[in-house]
Amino acid sequence: MATTETMTLNMGPQHPSTHGVLRLVLELDGEIITKVTPHIGYLHRGVEKLSEHRTYHQILPLTDRLDYLAPMHNNLGYILAVEKLMDVQVPERAETIRIIMAELTRLQSHLVWVACHALDIGAMTVFIYAFRERETVMELYELISGARMTSNFFRVGGLSQDVPDEFVKRVSDFIDVMPGYLDQYEGLLTTNPIWLKRTVGNGVISAEDAIDFGLTGPALRGSGVDWDLRRDNPYGGYEKYQFKVPVGVECDTFDRYKVRLVEMREACKIIRQALDRLKPGPVLADNPQVCYPPKENVYNSIEGLIHHFKIASEGFPAPEGEVYQGVENPKGELGFYIVSDGGNKPQRLRIRPPSFVNLQAIEQMSLGSMIADLVAVIGTLDIVLGEIDR
Amino acid sequence: MGIEILGLPMIYYIAMVAKVLVAFLFVLLTVAYATYAERKIIGHMQVRLGPMRTGWHGLLQPIADGVKLFFKEEIIPSQASTFAFLIAPLVALIPAFITFAVIPFGGTIELFGYKIPLQVAAYYDTAAGQVFDVNVGVLYILAMSSLGVYGIVLAGWSSNSKYSLMGGLRASAQMISYELSAALSIIAVFMLAGTLSLGKIVELQSGFGGFEWYIFKQPLAALMFFICSLAEINRTPFDLPEAETELVSGFCTEYSSMKYAMFFMAEYANMITVCAITATLFLGGWNGPFAVAVPILGPIYFVAKVYFLIFLCMWIRATVPRYRYDQLMHLGWKVFLPLALVNIVVTGIIGYFI
Repeated sequence: MATTETMTLNMGPQHPSTHGVLRLVLELDGEIITKVTPHIGYLHRGVEKLSEHRTYHQILPLTDRLDYLAPMHNNLGYILAVEKLMDVQVPERAETIRIIMAELTRLQSHLVWVACHALDIGAMTVFIYAFRERETVMELYELISGARMTSNFFRVGGLSQDVPDEFVKRVSDFIDVMPGYLDQYEGLLTTNPIWLKRTVGNGVISAEDAIDFGLTGPALRGSGVDWDLRRDNPYGGYEKYQFKVPVGVECDTFDRYKVRLVEMREACKIIRQALDRLKPGPVLADNPQVCYPPKENVYNSIEGLIHHFKIASEGFPAPEGEVYQGVENPKGELGFYIVSDGGNKPQRLRIRPPSFVNLQAIEQMSLGSMIADLVAVIGTLDIVLGEIDR
Repeated sequence: MGIEILGLPMIYYIAMVAKVLVAFLFVLLTVAYATYAERKIIGHMQVRLGPMRTGWHGLLQPIADGVKLFFKEEIIPSQASTFAFLIAPLVALIPAFITFAVIPFGGTIELFGYKIPLQVAAYYDTAAGQVFDVNVGVLYILAMSSLGVYGIVLAGWSSNSKYSLMGGLRASAQMISYELSAALSIIAVFMLAGTLSLGKIVELQSGFGGFEWYIFKQPLAALMFFICSLAEINRTPFDLPEAETELVSGFCTEYSSMKYAMFFMAEYANMITVCAITATLFLGGWNGPFAVAVPILGPIYFVAKVYFLIFLCMWIRATVPRYRYDQLMHLGWKVFLPLALVNIVVTGIIGYFI
């Protein structure tokens, strides 16, 4: 009498499709998955603890490294939380440029997602195509901040500097051609029978389950829940923009794929509206208690230098209290919860990373399916280990 | 030239060795440069350049790769079953190469008054005045290609690694299922040809302008055979046994150095063989304009057809995603197998009435 037993397979932390250092311990019955246990923490850097020993300005570079595929968006979430705490008004131009950069970030994060998701399922060409377009966004990053990934461009009260003159034209050119490139990806994937076979009906999670798990972002909207913080709880000036929020019907991987592609097209439209609104003006609030002085003052006057030194070395004291600011990151709701005891450093900074919460659903979504489906589920959840492990 | 061995003149033996060498070198060089071509072609399809550094436009890349792999450290996992682990790459590689023995790559040429057919396992019998080749050539090919799967199964099992095991299991299931469909789909060709000898099948397709090619008489069989062959040799979209994003490298996860290179060579050699068989059975083999009158054109036409099919394989790889294991089985057993059977019946009925 033959007996059957399950096989335990250790997937990761070094594995081509776990998108970083995620480790999954799988119980397999043949190729059917009976149990998934994620093990996280291989990329833990203690961002929350480090933040307790840094001034409010010094925490900003740490946020670049959370979801390293969407650095500007992480900056935005943190900056908005601090501005809420300090009650700082941001100039119009800075707000508009922030939205342009946030949506460009959404585009580039989704581009990396479509690339890796397609590669996981075996479509190699889309990977290269999407990285080609991402490169353009990276160059725009470099143009305004000097860095490709860890941009650290926003400041409490505005931006670190104004954008160069060519910025508007280059962004405009990019969003003119971007929808055509999206058509290319769709041409390779959306109607491809093998792609449909792999994604339709894969990783189904119902709307109730999605809410129960606390899913946010495209993973939630793919299940048909119409919830987008940009529209339903606007921040940073999003209330001035018109855009559609796509939702899925079938709650499967294919719907989440469609949702993200529509989001990319909508992001292009938001950037277009923002470019039309962009007017010359200051990019940093006139609030010497909190904001850095303009660079020309620092270089040319002793008062400016002292001002810069004070802000850079001891920061600014924040009023006692607590704030929470959630932003719609490309991957879901990124929240910053700051507790201040009145000092120049937060007493506690709690980050709510979307990938960390979304990862919970992995077992629910892949139970009873095959290894190949699990790979598709990891791709469709769009996790980044930088913000899961923090 | 008066020496005779076993009743045959010396030139036969010299020609035979020469043919073996030529065919082997052809396959070996094509294997090396198919890897280069694949990288270049897919590179250009993906708006990048592919290898550019080693030699002019990266032409020395396959040689550099070979040298690199040759000098890599041989790693045999301590838990592996050593003998099987060592023998597996050979078991995969040898059948891939010897399949070429029965494929005719040209017509009959005349050297020093002796007629030599351009097919490794064939000779011209002066007494009978005709060419004899392996009269069960297709059966031989099917048998050899089934042997190749043992190498992969052995590799997967002997590595004593879970990813390898899953890759080996996937490979054996996939190759066995698709071999059935592939074999059944070409039965329709034998029903038309009435012979299993590949030389005869090529001759039968020599009609005017290529309209005698079996791809026009049996388009369904041609399509099915090509797709099933892709599955049998683990090419995209059926590259599940070595699906990188799922099983790391599948059955060759634990292999390194020259043993890994052997699996790689086996894969490309299999691709060339399959393309050569498809060209022979469906695209008229070495036939083409003036191929009979100018015998040297035969091999050129044949190679051109084979290379075109190889290009097709690479094009497919750049375009489509990968199937899932159960979907692959579904396609093999529930789509291709019934279709192949229906094709045989239809061919039989039409053949009976015409």
